[in-house]
Amino acid sequence: MKFLRRIVDTVKPHFSKGGKFEKLHPAFDALETFLFVPATTTKEGVHVRDAIDLKRTMVTVIIALIPTVIFGMWNTGYQHHLAYGMEVSIMENFMFGFWKVLPIIIVSYAVGLGVEFIFAITKGHQISEGYLVTGLLIPLTLPVTIPLWMVGLAAIFCTLIGKEIFGGTGMNFMNPALLARIFLFFAFPAYMSGDIWTDLSPEAGQAIVDAYSGATNLVTFDADQTKLPSAANMFWGFEQGSIGETSVAACLIGAFILVATGIGSWQIIFSCFAGAWLMGVLLNVLAPADMPTHAMHTPAYYHWLMGGFAFGAVYMATDPVSAAQTETGKWIYGLLIGAFTVILRVFNPAYPEGVMLSILLMNVFASLIDHIVVERHIKRRLKKVSSE
Amino acid sequence: MGKPINIQRGYDIRIEGAAERTVDDLSLSDIIGVKPTDFHTVVPKLLVEVGDEVLAGQALFFDKNRPDIRFNSPISGEIAEIVRGEKRRILEIRILPDKKDIRYVSYPVSDPAALSRDEVTERLLESGCWNYIRQRPFSLIANPSDTPKGIFVSCFDSAPLAPDISYIVDFEKENFQAGLTALQQLSGGHLHLGLRAAPQAGLTDSDFSGIPVEHIHHFKGPHPAGNVGIQIHHIDPIQKGEVVWYVHPQDVVILGRLFREGRYRADRLLALTGSSVLRPQYFRAMTGQRISNILGGRLRDAHSRTIQGNVLTGSTAGSDDFLSYYENQITVIPEGDEPEFLGWLLPGIKKLSLSRTYFSWLFPRRTYQLDTNMHGEERAFVMTGQYDKVLPMDIYPVYLLKAILARDIERMEALGIYEVAEEDLALCEFVCTSKIDVQKIVAEGLEYARLEG
Repeated sequence: MKFLRRIVDTVKPHFSKGGKFEKLHPAFDALETFLFVPATTTKEGVHVRDAIDLKRTMVTVIIALIPTVIFGMWNTGYQHHLAYGMEVSIMENFMFGFWKVLPIIIVSYAVGLGVEFIFAITKGHQISEGYLVTGLLIPLTLPVTIPLWMVGLAAIFCTLIGKEIFGGTGMNFMNPALLARIFLFFAFPAYMSGDIWTDLSPEAGQAIVDAYSGATNLVTFDADQTKLPSAANMFWGFEQGSIGETSVAACLIGAFILVATGIGSWQIIFSCFAGAWLMGVLLNVLAPADMPTHAMHTPAYYHWLMGGFAFGAVYMATDPVSAAQTETGKWIYGLLIGAFTVILRVFNPAYPEGVMLSILLMNVFASLIDHIVVERHIKRRLKKVSSE
Repeated sequence: MGKPINIQRGYDIRIEGAAERTVDDLSLSDIIGVKPTDFHTVVPKLLVEVGDEVLAGQALFFDKNRPDIRFNSPISGEIAEIVRGEKRRILEIRILPDKKDIRYVSYPVSDPAALSRDEVTERLLESGCWNYIRQRPFSLIANPSDTPKGIFVSCFDSAPLAPDISYIVDFEKENFQAGLTALQQLSGGHLHLGLRAAPQAGLTDSDFSGIPVEHIHHFKGPHPAGNVGIQIHHIDPIQKGEVVWYVHPQDVVILGRLFREGRYRADRLLALTGSSVLRPQYFRAMTGQRISNILGGRLRDAHSRTIQGNVLTGSTAGSDDFLSYYENQITVIPEGDEPEFLGWLLPGIKKLSLSRTYFSWLFPRRTYQLDTNMHGEERAFVMTGQYDKVLPMDIYPVYLLKAILARDIERMEALGIYEVAEEDLALCEFVCTSKIDVQKIVAEGLEYARLEG
């Protein structure tokens, strides 16, 4: 490592003030701090600091995402071979998906980080770590058949409109990765809904089996909720959908990592699930008895298993920047996300994936929720005075 | 004994280098320094010149804004030098101490219980001991013309490696008691004591005669339970326009000496702590003692940082510095100015973190040799709920900080600026993922509120 350190120290002067590449300092700084935790010491205030920083936080989220990445890759291969009626090994399924998904991830990171670097260099500010997570979240929310140029476009949109115009990581009010997805969803609906969930690239000598249907369970349940796949299949994720969203099991592993490390808010995750369940039960009660296939009859816990609900609740709703920030606010925020997701799914067939829209909606309302909570807190504090 | 107040939020930083319970007397250093900069907002006006002979307890300077607040020499000797900084600001008054015994200005010996409030005030002002009494909000020297709604003494220190107050007080119980009696007179019966709840309690209710039981409060829980600000918040919160006073127990002892011995005797027990100290222990030292004289030959590692106070709230001391007026502790820890290869990616078994992102959480009992490394760079606020976990107050810290940054005085007041001091939010700064200088922001907010509020 001394060797690496020597190289960094030799080139450093060129990137410092007055150096040849002074302008590129943010880029150099990002790479240097990526390789080495800086030797900076505390100056004023506390003399010792907790070992955590934003890089560690972000890498923890990435670790929490790995189960969904691995499962998503495998499922891409599995769905593909299922459509062709082929029986192949787990490894073959995984490798098929691996080569399909990897380019999407690479494009997302390359384009997004590129935009971040350009912004940092022109504005002369530091490069924040936020995109390390966003760059992985974007591919996981997309169908595997998405054209790569759209991934790039989404990454640009997300970095520019989602973050940089507000001042970078920590300043945005909507989840950048979801913003990227919703951008594609509305700009290129043909690529984001319909018969696009399974990679159907031709297999020599094989034809698509008759039983194949491109419909996700979200479309199925709107038409006839009794035709939904088994709860176990939906839980483990043997179904069609965006790359990372299908397996609730993988999301729960991620949720466990986020909650155990203290990075993700368990209040938000729990209240999202609670909100969806409560709304599901309420709709069950109100459902028309003479129409047993109606979506309102869907068992409440099915909403946890369908579509990207678990993925959204665990990885998207918990983004601390765009979520509510007060403890009470987090409960309200989560409950409303869950409830709205179910309402959108059941009553608005045009947008089958309700979780994306409801998280973004609640992102917008998060500040308002917090505002109300803080105002109540202030009132309570004042009341304490007058009662004494 | 009432039901203890349970402080649930907070954190005890497990750091190496706690002081062992032995005391050595330190001989006076060749020079003693009194630093007007120890007193926030005080504008010093000198009463002595270089070459003057002074007695211990003789005034060296007073506060230009409040002339009755005077600052005394801790020892007898000759004024050797007045050190000035920019704009001729007085930084240090250096005194050459007498070689033989210390000569004191003498005051009448009397039982404070027999004195009136005004007489106690007068005695304290005259002797210069008044400046041990400080006020919240703003942590300034108390204003003698104010009537505080209470006087608070926290009888334990929960900060990292903090000296054991009960151990210190035990050496001079009668003086401590006399000091408390004086404060009781001053407070008009509103003297509150904060004690560590049993079973960790060092001091017990029986150590405090003459103080009603309902004014002795017991606290359970981690740091900052020992901070007087946290205790005030839980006993009787400060509102706008209200003033409370507080005194450190060791300073209570010094007040007691004034009444029982009739002199200003400023020596105190000092805990020398931290992992860079060879044998962390207690010393009897003089206020104004040269730091190098305290540390000489007692350090393990030259590449370390000397802190006056604890690692959360202390200030960095230079080699030529003197022991500050209110300090009871010196901490020496290694400097952490080595870059670490991929440090943010490694398992980090030896890294202390309140989060469980490093695997050190598998070893909950281990103590750490913490250094001064920042462990990352400053960022915008990202994580939420972190500060709340270590601030046991009914206050929303991030919203308070944002109100301060926006210089919105009404909002600061509504969110509780008058209840906090820098030290109360020090742990927030410690845990902050975004490495924000919380205490600096709080200090700015308090200063702004003091001037504008």
